[in-house]
Parts: sequence; C-alpha cells; structure tokens
Amino acid sequence: MRGIKKDFFGNQVLTDINFTLGAGQVLGLCGENGAGKSTLMKILFGMDVIRETGGYSGDIFINGEKAAFNTPFDALAAGIGMVHQEFSLIPGFTATENILLNREPQKKNVISEVFGERLNTLDYKEMDRRAAAAIEKMGVEIDAKMVISSMPVGHKQFTEIARELSKDQLKLLILDEPTAVLTEKEAEALLDSIRGMAARGISVIFITHRLHEILAVCDQVVVMRDGHVVRDVPAGQTSVDDITRWMVGRDVQTSAAPTEAKEENASANVVMSIKHLWVDMPGETVRDVSLDVREGEILGIGGLAGQGKLGIPNGVMGLYEAGGTVEFDGREIPLNSPRKCLDASLAFVSEDRREVGLLLDESLEWNVAFPAMQIQNKFLKNLLGGLVKWRDEKAIHKVTQKYVDQLQIKCTSTAQKAKELSGGNQQKICLAKAFALEPKFLFVSEPTRGIDVGAKALVLNALRQFNRESGVTVVMISSELEELRQTCDRIAIISGGRVAGIRPATDSSEEFGALMVSQVI
Amino acid sequence: MKMKKNFNGFDFLQNNLVPLMFIIICVICYPLSGFSPSYLLNEIVTRMGRNIFLILSLLIPIMAGMGLNFGMTLGAMAGQIALIFVTDWQIWGIPGVVLAMLLSIPLSALLGLMCGKLMNMAKGREMILGYMVNYFVTGLYQLVVLFLMGSIIPIIHASVRLPRGFGIRTTVNLSNMRQCLDNQWAILYKGVKIPILTFVIIGLLCLFIIWFRRTKLGQDMRAVGQDMDVARAAGINVDRTRIISIIISTVLAGFGQIIYLQNIGNFPTCTAHSQIGMFCIAALLVGGASVEKASIGNVFLGVILFHTMFIVAPKAGGAITGNAMIGEYFRVFVSYGVITLALIMYEIKKRRARSQGGQLLAQAQKEGGVQA
Repeated sequence: MRGIKKDFFGNQVLTDINFTLGAGQVLGLCGENGAGKSTLMKILFGMDVIRETGGYSGDIFINGEKAAFNTPFDALAAGIGMVHQEFSLIPGFTATENILLNREPQKKNVISEVFGERLNTLDYKEMDRRAAAAIEKMGVEIDAKMVISSMPVGHKQFTEIARELSKDQLKLLILDEPTAVLTEKEAEALLDSIRGMAARGISVIFITHRLHEILAVCDQVVVMRDGHVVRDVPAGQTSVDDITRWMVGRDVQTSAAPTEAKEENASANVVMSIKHLWVDMPGETVRDVSLDVREGEILGIGGLAGQGKLGIPNGVMGLYEAGGTVEFDGREIPLNSPRKCLDASLAFVSEDRREVGLLLDESLEWNVAFPAMQIQNKFLKNLLGGLVKWRDEKAIHKVTQKYVDQLQIKCTSTAQKAKELSGGNQQKICLAKAFALEPKFLFVSEPTRGIDVGAKALVLNALRQFNRESGVTVVMISSELEELRQTCDRIAIISGGRVAGIRPATDSSEEFGALMVSQVI
Repeated sequence: MKMKKNFNGFDFLQNNLVPLMFIIICVICYPLSGFSPSYLLNEIVTRMGRNIFLILSLLIPIMAGMGLNFGMTLGAMAGQIALIFVTDWQIWGIPGVVLAMLLSIPLSALLGLMCGKLMNMAKGREMILGYMVNYFVTGLYQLVVLFLMGSIIPIIHASVRLPRGFGIRTTVNLSNMRQCLDNQWAILYKGVKIPILTFVIIGLLCLFIIWFRRTKLGQDMRAVGQDMDVARAAGINVDRTRIISIIISTVLAGFGQIIYLQNIGNFPTCTAHSQIGMFCIAALLVGGASVEKASIGNVFLGVILFHTMFIVAPKAGGAITGNAMIGEYFRVFVSYGVITLALIMYEIKKRRARSQGGQLLAQAQKEGGVQA
C-alpha cells in the first residue's frame, strides 16, 4: 500500500479537500458539527446519499489507483470499513453472528446443490474461529457467545469494530466518534486497539470531539472548518488549544471567564424553594436536597456524573418519582405531575433531546410551538366562539423564524423536520421550544452535551440573553464546570445526592472541585 | 432480593399468561364434560394430525419478522383448487393427495409472491395487510370456483359440477380419499388411533424447519426479522428474503389444507378456508407463541390445549347451561380474544423491555458509583 490520496473539488459543502494517509497510520479528523466531516466520509464510503444528491467531483486514489465507489459494497470490496455512530447490529444475534453477518462460512449440501446457495448450512465451528480471530486482532476481550441486546454499550461498539476487522481485505477503517458512548476505561481500551491495528498495517481515520484522544493516538491531524481543510499537521506538533482554535476559526476561551456576573444580591426574592427533595431517578438518585433559587438569577447545578444533579430538574418537573416540598412563587407545586409544573410557568429543556425533547418527525415550527399550544393555548384561533380551535400557522411561522434567527439555527426552512438537523441545532430547537412558552422559570439540563465548541458558545449566550432580557430565572445543570462558571451567577454542587455547597461563580475551580468529591458515594 | 423474586414470578405469569389460562380452563372443564380419557385422547390425536402441518406453516414468517401470517389462507385456497381438480379427474387415495399437493405448489407460490410483494410495500403492517388480502383473494377464488370452472376451465365430472353447467357444487365430496393418509400404517392403541404416516410427514416438516434455521437463508431471515436496516446494510436482499419466507409459508399452508381436508373427507367449496387462518393463529398463540417468537414446541402445546378446550367446553357448557351451542359460541369468542390478547401483550412487552433496559443501566451505574 503506497498511500491513499483523496481530492474533492468544487463541492459546495466540501471545497478542495486534499490529504494523504499512509499505510498503518492513524489520522485524526476533527471539526465542528457541520464542518463536512461526515459528508467527506460518506463520499469515501460510497454511500447512496452522495449519488442521489448528484455525486461529487474530484478523485480518490487508493494504492495509487483511482477509485470510484457507487455503493458501500464497492467500498467494502476495496478494503474500506466504517463503524458508524449508530450501531448497526442485530439485537438478538450473538457477537459471533453479528461479526460475520451475511459473510457466514457455509457448507454445501444436497438440497443447496439443487435450489441454490442460499440453502447452504452455516459452518458454526468456522464462524466461532473467525470471530475469535477478529476479536483477538482487536485486542479487547468480548464474549463472542453473548447476545448483543444484553451487552453493555461499549461491547456493542467493539463488536462492530471486530466485524470490520474480520474482513480480510480491510486496509482502511473509519471510526466515526467511537468513544462518544464509551466509559473512560473502554475508550482507553479502544485507543489501545487502534494503536494495535495501525501496527498491523491497517490505516485508521478517527473522527472524534474528544481532542486529547486524537493527540494520544493519531499520527496526523486534519482539522476541517466549513468544508475546507484548515490544517493538516503531524499530531506531535500541535496541542488541544491549537486544534480548538483552528476548528472554530476564532479564540474560544476555554478558561473560566465569569464576565459581568450579577452582583450578589442576597435580598432578592426567593422564587423557588426546594426542601428535602428526593428523586428516584435511575442512576441519578437525589437523596436530600434543599435549595433556594432567587428571582432573576442563573443558578448552576454541577457535580460529577451519577451524583444526582440531573435528578433535580427531572424530579421537580415530575418526570421521575419524587418527594419533599417544592414552593414556587409562594405556592407549593405538587410533585409527580408534569402538567401542573408547566401550568405554573415552569419549563424544562431535557438532557435527553431525542427521546423527551423533540418530535423528530415533525417540522421545526411544530416543535417550537407544540408545547405552547398545548399548555397555554397560544397560537390558536378560536372559531365558533371557542368550540373549534384552529392553529394560527402564521403566528407559528413568525415565532419559529424569530428563534431560528436569534439562535442561528442552521436549517433549510422552518418547515424542515427536526430529525434532519444536526445535534447542536436540535439542542437549539429544544431551547427555542422552551423560550416560546415564555416561562417564568426555566430548567436547562446539559444544554451543551454532544455539541461542538462553537454551538456551545451560542447556546450559552442565548441562555444568558434570555435571562437578562426577559428576567427569567434559569437553573442550568451541566457536567462541565467551566461552562457553568462562564454562564451562571451562583453554582450549587451536588455530591452524593445532597447539596455540597453553593458558591458564587467567581470562586476558583479548585474550590468547586473539592466540593464535587466531598460526599461521593 | 425478595423483590427480585416476586418480579420474576410476575414475569413468568405475564410471559405464559395465555397457556396457563387455557390449562386452567381445560382442567376445570374436563371433569364436567364426562368424557373418557381414551375418547378425549383419540380426539386430540386426530386433531393434531389434522392441524399441526397448517400451524407449522406459520413459523417461518414469524422468524422473518413478518408477524402472524394471516395470508396463509391464500395457500389454503390454492390447496382447495388443487383438490377440486383432482376430484374431477377421479384420482383417489394417496396418489390423489400427492397430485393435489404438487398441483397446489405453483398456485400457492404465485399467491405467496403477490402477498409478499404487497407486504413489502407495507412493512410493519404485514398482519392487517395479510388479513385484508385474504378477503380480496377470497373474492377471486369464488369467481374462479363459481363461474370460471366448468365454463372456461374444463370440469367434467357431474359429481363436482353444478347441474347448471358451470360452477362447483356447494360441497366437494372427498370420501374416496378420506383419511387415506391417516389410515396408512395407522396403529390402534387402547382405542386411540395413531395416524403414523401423517405424523411422519409432520415430523419431516419439523426437521425441515430446524434444518432451515441453520441455513444461510434461515440466518438471513432471522437477521431481517430483527432489524431490516442492519440486514440491508450488511448486503442481505431484504425484500427478496421476506418474499421467500411468505412463499414458503403459503406453499406449506397449501399442503396443510390438503392434509386437513383429506382427514375431514369433504369441504364446503366457498368457505372451507375462511376460518383456517384465524384458528391456526389462535392455536399457535395459545401455545405461548408471540408475534415475534414461536417455536415448534409452541405449535404442539397450542394444538393440544386449543383442541382440548374445544372438545370439552361444549359438553361442559351443555352440562352447566343445558345448551350445547355455548361451545361453538365459545370457540369463536375465545379465538378472537386470544389473538387480541396476544397482540396487546406483544406491545406491552416491547414497552416493558425498553423500560427494563433503562433500569438495568441505572443499576449498573449505581453499582459503579458505589465502587467509585
């Protein structure tokens, strides 16, 4: 293998991309959401979408020969394997069956001689052997006999990688954000296995948002922005800060910058008072939380994963079983009934945007307006004296357009379906939805999870703006302390299901860090 | 720990609710009916021979993720048309049965192909589609049987043709091939007639199904059944695989209907197939199968329980209420009820599996947290 060279010219999404990758090398590909990474990989993998949307220009060279893939199967035959972000595994099959899916070794028999090859019986012994060989090649232990549906997430990911490795002709493996779903330990194992693959002469293209992983494992880093390659450097000569700067094309302040934090005003009205709250949320149990939220502030809630910070909004909003008392505006809010909370002008942007947050198959307009319509009878025209309620499409369109502009949501139109947007833009839609309710009080849970640096800044700014201009009290829950320190006025740290302490955002990171681990169980 | 145990008991109950219910009904009704054990056993064995082949034909579409194949009735119609021809040609006994089976193959395969293509257009709604295609094809069947046969399609024998010159008589008499399979090598043991040849055929079909699961095609079907998109991404021709599964099922159903009718000895021309699909599906579900999972064991258990109930319930009903009609009423009512229940349970289970997955994850996280 002399090296792979890919050139694409004159595509609107991707402009003039050139890079080469040698055999046995690991290439780290990074860029913001929407920078064109996925499109590039789709072209390389010959996905149908590319052909359907008019193909591409430019040439791909593999081993010095020009290659043009019309289907993923061509790409597979040429030795390119891809592990997608979503799992493509059969849930009821064992790891072995999945690794060799549709490539099972077969034995001939009398009936198949007559009726064709599909009636060959499977050679189970050979299947076990090949699957074991692929798992060994990967260098991570997984149980080949285990059924996928009962596997932990990390093992599913490894099964997919083993599937690609079991293909003899594999020369280039594309990993699209493989570590996003892994625990740190598993991610470490994966990085090891990538190094192992490279040592065997397999080239790897590794796409990730976790930049330190790129530095840890890659030989070469390619940074993309807006369809251009902005940098192509050996990994040894760069740093996380450099890559971040190249990705966004501007300086992102990753260090804490709690600008214009509101002055500490202890006399402000307490708008929500939580007393002895417990929430039975799996994995995020809240044990005994008492917390006062002041009117008009942004309160951050931070803490390590699993310590209960996510349980607080979910419990107060009634999505999980909870107990204790919550007073809002001087009135007690009944727990365990989401509708009552919403009626009381509370709103919640869930951390689970795909399951709880969005109607994926509906248009953006619907997504933004739906809760307001349901709860507050907004955007409805009354006909026949209120007997029939009619949607006010014009008003819906107007308000959606307003938020699309304000939050810089990238979409073709407000009638686009929510599922077609990228993760960051979906998150923005979730915010727009909550804003459209015009609540007095807003819970925002992990607003920046899974979105890139640039979108993060926008989302956080939008929140601040919403808070400062409309005087809405915001409680923001996030795992990223720096993010909280940039945005919030005060930060409460949850540890072991209890409040470990509340500090103004201007305090140093070390102090918050100490609080986080203070009561860990 | 204690809670976990309770949970499992509840689990078992929910997974096996339908078979357990039927076992209870049978146990209560049997003494009330007053049948002797040998009579009951004889009846059950007869009905097993009659029905099992038909029910086995349902297994392959379930494996391919197409749910309960209500379209099996198409095969039954093909079998009936083949039987009409064979009767007209006066070919009797086992040669007649074999010829009818051979004749039914092209017809079943054609209908299966059509059904499979339609189902590929309505993925995820195969069951309701199969049910409706039934009614549609029944219309065509009646057109063929009542008008085309005798006028365009030559039907010679007067015992089959209506006196008006075209159309088939309301009942087709199969007395010359009645139970010819069942009587071959039959053994009479303590008043129970065991139709060995029929059971051998059923055994062969069971072996075929077990073998089929181990073939490439069988593996592909299981893959397609669980996740079509993944299977497609792996290069499996999903649509073709699904069509093949329906064709196999339809052809087997055609054979099954011929075996069924040779046991009974005559059939009402226009309506013999109409209830077959429903009763077979009900029997399979009674055996503990679900929309996505069914085994050969489910078939046997289902047939035994379903028919035991049918044999004892009318007599028991008669003994309690003094009206034997209650049994027939029961039969229809229970069949529909079981199918409805099974469909609902399927949805509930799916939802529960999802929430259980979440709970397991939470548990794992909690345990991880404790260690940290």
